[in-house]
Amino acid sequence: MTQVSMTVNGKSVSGDVEGRTLLSSFLRDHLSLTGTHVGCDTAQCGACVVHVDGEAVKSCNMLALEADGADVGTIEGQANADGSLNVIQQAFQDHHGLQCGFCTPGMVMSAAALLKDNPRPTEAEVRKYLEGNLCRCTGYHNIVKAIMAASGQDVSSIAAE
Amino acid sequence: MYNFEFEKPSTIADAVAALGSEDAQALGGGQTLIPTLKQRLAAPSSLVSLSSIAEMQGVCVEDDGSVAIGGATTHAAVAADAAGSYPALAALAGQIGDPAVRNRGTIGGSIANNDPAACYPAGALGSGATIVTNTRQIAADDFFQGMFTTALDEGEIITSVRFPVPQAASYQKFLQPASRFALVGVYLARFADGVRVAVTGASEDGVFRWSEAEQALSKEFREDALMDLNINPANMIADLHGSKNYRAHLVKVMTKRAVQATI
Amino acid sequence: MPKDSGIGASSKRREDVRFLTGAGNYTDDINVYGQAHVYFLRSDIAHGRITKVDTSAAEGMPGVVKVFTGKDFEGVGGMPCGWEVTDKHGAPMQEPPHPILAQGKVRHVGDPIAAVVADSLEQARDAAEAIDLDIEELPAVMNMKAAAQDGATLVHDDLKNNICYDWQLGETDDAKVNEVFANAAHVTTLDLVNNRLVANPMEPRVAVGEYARATEDYTLYTTSQNPHVIRLLMCAFVLGLPEHKVRVVAPDVGGGFGTKIFHYAEEAFCTFAAKACNRPVKWTSSRSEAFMSDAHGRDHVSKIELALDADNNFVGLRTNTYANLGAYLSTFSSSVPTWLHGTLMAGNYKTPVIQVNVKAMFTNTVPVDAYRGAGRPEATYQLERVVDKAARELGVDPIALRRQNFVTQFPYDTPVALTYDTGDYNGTMDKLEAAADLTGFAARRSASEANGKLRGLGINCYIEACGIAPSNIVGMLGARAGLYDAATVRVNATGSISVMVGAHSHGQGHETAFPQVVADMIGIDESMVEIVHGDTSKIPFGMGTYGSRSLAVCGSAMVKATEKVIDKAKKIAAHLLEASEADIELKDGQFSVAGTDKSVAWGDVTLTAYVPHNYPLEVEPGLEETAFYDPANFTFPAGAYACEVEVDPETGQVSIEAFTAADDFGNIVNPMIVDGQVHGGIGQGIGQALLENCAYDENGQLLSASFMDYAMPRADDVPFYGVDHSSQTPCTHNPLGVKGCGEAGAIGSPPAVVNAVLDALNSGGKAVDHIDMPVSPSRVWAAMNG
Repeated sequence: MTQVSMTVNGKSVSGDVEGRTLLSSFLRDHLSLTGTHVGCDTAQCGACVVHVDGEAVKSCNMLALEADGADVGTIEGQANADGSLNVIQQAFQDHHGLQCGFCTPGMVMSAAALLKDNPRPTEAEVRKYLEGNLCRCTGYHNIVKAIMAASGQDVSSIAAE
Repeated sequence: MYNFEFEKPSTIADAVAALGSEDAQALGGGQTLIPTLKQRLAAPSSLVSLSSIAEMQGVCVEDDGSVAIGGATTHAAVAADAAGSYPALAALAGQIGDPAVRNRGTIGGSIANNDPAACYPAGALGSGATIVTNTRQIAADDFFQGMFTTALDEGEIITSVRFPVPQAASYQKFLQPASRFALVGVYLARFADGVRVAVTGASEDGVFRWSEAEQALSKEFREDALMDLNINPANMIADLHGSKNYRAHLVKVMTKRAVQATI
Repeated sequence: MPKDSGIGASSKRREDVRFLTGAGNYTDDINVYGQAHVYFLRSDIAHGRITKVDTSAAEGMPGVVKVFTGKDFEGVGGMPCGWEVTDKHGAPMQEPPHPILAQGKVRHVGDPIAAVVADSLEQARDAAEAIDLDIEELPAVMNMKAAAQDGATLVHDDLKNNICYDWQLGETDDAKVNEVFANAAHVTTLDLVNNRLVANPMEPRVAVGEYARATEDYTLYTTSQNPHVIRLLMCAFVLGLPEHKVRVVAPDVGGGFGTKIFHYAEEAFCTFAAKACNRPVKWTSSRSEAFMSDAHGRDHVSKIELALDADNNFVGLRTNTYANLGAYLSTFSSSVPTWLHGTLMAGNYKTPVIQVNVKAMFTNTVPVDAYRGAGRPEATYQLERVVDKAARELGVDPIALRRQNFVTQFPYDTPVALTYDTGDYNGTMDKLEAAADLTGFAARRSASEANGKLRGLGINCYIEACGIAPSNIVGMLGARAGLYDAATVRVNATGSISVMVGAHSHGQGHETAFPQVVADMIGIDESMVEIVHGDTSKIPFGMGTYGSRSLAVCGSAMVKATEKVIDKAKKIAAHLLEASEADIELKDGQFSVAGTDKSVAWGDVTLTAYVPHNYPLEVEPGLEETAFYDPANFTFPAGAYACEVEVDPETGQVSIEAFTAADDFGNIVNPMIVDGQVHGGIGQGIGQALLENCAYDENGQLLSASFMDYAMPRADDVPFYGVDHSSQTPCTHNPLGVKGCGEAGAIGSPPAVVNAVLDALNSGGKAVDHIDMPVSPSRVWAAMNG
């Protein structure tokens, strides 16, 4: 067991982990931050995406000890300070960008990373950026629409509410 | 996963020392290694992370004009930081995996693994890069020795990769629809003294140079130069996603497109 | 004007807030104090005789609580099949045992042989590696046609052959069918495969079993679409437990698509082992494990023949299908290739003579069961592909050929056992033609050709039988369960309402849409109504969510229960208003006396029900009603879809340029949610058509065993979809006039995509009649190059 310390959603945390403990497991099992989901074991689905030092990473494909000293952001830390949904979360609700909700944390975290680098992405850029986030419910229509809306673009001409 | 010790040295020397212990293994970004460990297909006694070694990070242009990339530089960093100095390579890096994978995966890890469908081996071989390790420099032509096989010795670390910058280059990747590795990827680089064409994803022998195409294009750099050339399908990979013949066909199509993109 | 609340409003989903903030409560988020973890040792060979399972070394490994093998389950029931199909000679289907852990033989890669319970999952896995196993490998039964031959290797040694049943529907007189085909002016024939799929909800399956020694109560937390069904099957057929001592909870579930309907061995195991180990036992599937343990979908090999007269009227249809059931019968597997498939072969057309033949086969593969659409996509795919091929052969417009043969008079009795109550297929097609701008297609094709691409337009019609299902009818057809549903409307003293429903929401938005109905009926704010679901200890009963049934069946039960509540509340209001009950009207949450200005508010009446001081003596206090609703018929959503593709003639790469769906779902409660359901269905249908392929090699090894080889549709594989549901013929037999919308997209889209690809290739001078799904670049290229 080795001690690992990091900042998660602005709070300093630490815990004893094995070498093989994944960041996703540290978040879920040690910190009870179960909003980060694990949907595959080959780094494809993206349900586990979190931010490490501001960058989107797949937390089920990173060792917890690799995040020692890092600033980690998870879905639990995304809402506004008053608890209301942030712009991206609100856009997902407004445009029905989620159904079962399982892929949603990863989608929101990826969307946030995209909009940080590219504040007004085109439809094609959004679709390309989501290459590492699988959703089985929505056919992606309303996810893409929600992310474009969150970037301040008018999405009213996109078919169907 | 089987359990292992985890070490995170901050110098190459410390990393080399740590890798000296029995069954120690280097950990780049882990984007391939960790899934492998999850399946218990490997059982290292310790993993030596290369992610905190400052001297293995970053993209820089050397005095001779070549672009040197630290072995622990992520794909995302190459995509961003080599965009000016070697745009075709930066574009290749920007097509690996997905954004979150590119934020972790490293050039050294990819090249050391030499997955037969990975992108970087094509970029390195197509550019005629030099793989720099803690002990020596290895020409790409000597480095890649068949799928998952390289010239690296046990415990040897790729500290950087040096790319001569061609006059023009292009990477054309045809996606395997599930993994989004290359079903076929062709890296074409045009230098003053000739053309190099490296192919990934296609061959059972891993990344290879298509020498007939290189000769033809070196003589005459236009699409039509490829017209009468064909890849022998015998050595191509056949799987769920494409037959030998299809891959052989795609090699030619992707090479043609690379020519179009560089003219 | 769109409504802003109640039935017809696109109310935003209330459940979204917890999912968007990481506060959802999925089964894997549940950890019970003291829990141990189970790892299943699964067969890595497809077919073999177990000659040794020595667990002695494993039992002594660190952290190990107990190791189980098939022996521990001797005398315990196997996994049951919920539908007995009778074959065409009147004999019941062959029904082999399906043990929780393999006994004697392994029959597919992934068949569980042993289970190790340990303090941690890694310890369990370590110990599983120490189990000494000998399996004598047998030839794998993989090819369905070969498996049907006399002398084929048997998947189940005790069965007479590998054919579960040889079933027929429609015209039983072969001579009559032959005559129709002999006299036809034209016959179009097509051999095709409906590719095996893996449902892959993003949440892998999880089960947590708990046993309380003090009270002898069991609790099972599980990723299920239907917790009551799981409790019933597990208690009555597998473990022999009293139902009242077993609670099954399906909390937030991350998608189902059919594959979480079924009762799985892991659920029974965790429940059993919790008592045997005297500790809670948790199983979390990895994705790799899911590929070899979740029931798969589709996997039909079919020949379809369509006979037309000289005027291009459909005069006969005959199909012969081999349906893969896998190694064992999963819960509803036997019903899928039969009653959910054969009954739909009439489609939207008035073909007078139809004969459907299905041989269902045992093979050494993962069991196959319902996946989104379940049988109906297989029927639609065959029919709509052969109709399109006929149009091409005859040189007629594929839309005109369809229109000419549409059923136009309702109710319509099909030759394959259904009665369509209502529909307007021409009207829906009109909507499609407008929404998809079909008149502009020629110009779009020219633009594509100028870019070196071939452009194709594919049309498809579909009908489905949803709102599953009238219990008396399905009982006659072999179902071992009723398919009604139930709801309890519990009105609290202050007027807020909890509705306990048997349907389970795992993406469908019931928590938002169901309250819209109740609130609308009473005239109160939606926020005053809440749905409770997914817990057998909280809800009266429920058959769960599948077959696009939740609103049509459970929603109807909810309406009936709400009507009972309103009837009773009117009695109380009449007393308070000193008026006759017959004169009481309810509107906008106010009970009033017709023709007067006397009224009393909903909240005053509900308070009176619980504080019955001034109260009618003949009425019981309280305000809570339960209704069970058994539908009178199936519902019949129908639609017309258009897909436009571009094909790269050099690589065979297909890209979907446009996809438009026109559906008739009858009345609609929440248009936003309905559109989302259609989008998701289309996404999965495009996945089946272009990408997804669950493939085995000849030895029964799974080739597509992870997302590295099983191609899931991603955001850049699909376009924005056009969705139109303004064609509405309300269902005639349920109170809301709703038909169901969950499966339509997955049923209607695959043939549209494939028809579009073939249209593109033919437009480019390539006379290609057929490419099997997935229409991958390599297959398109191979088809183009002969």
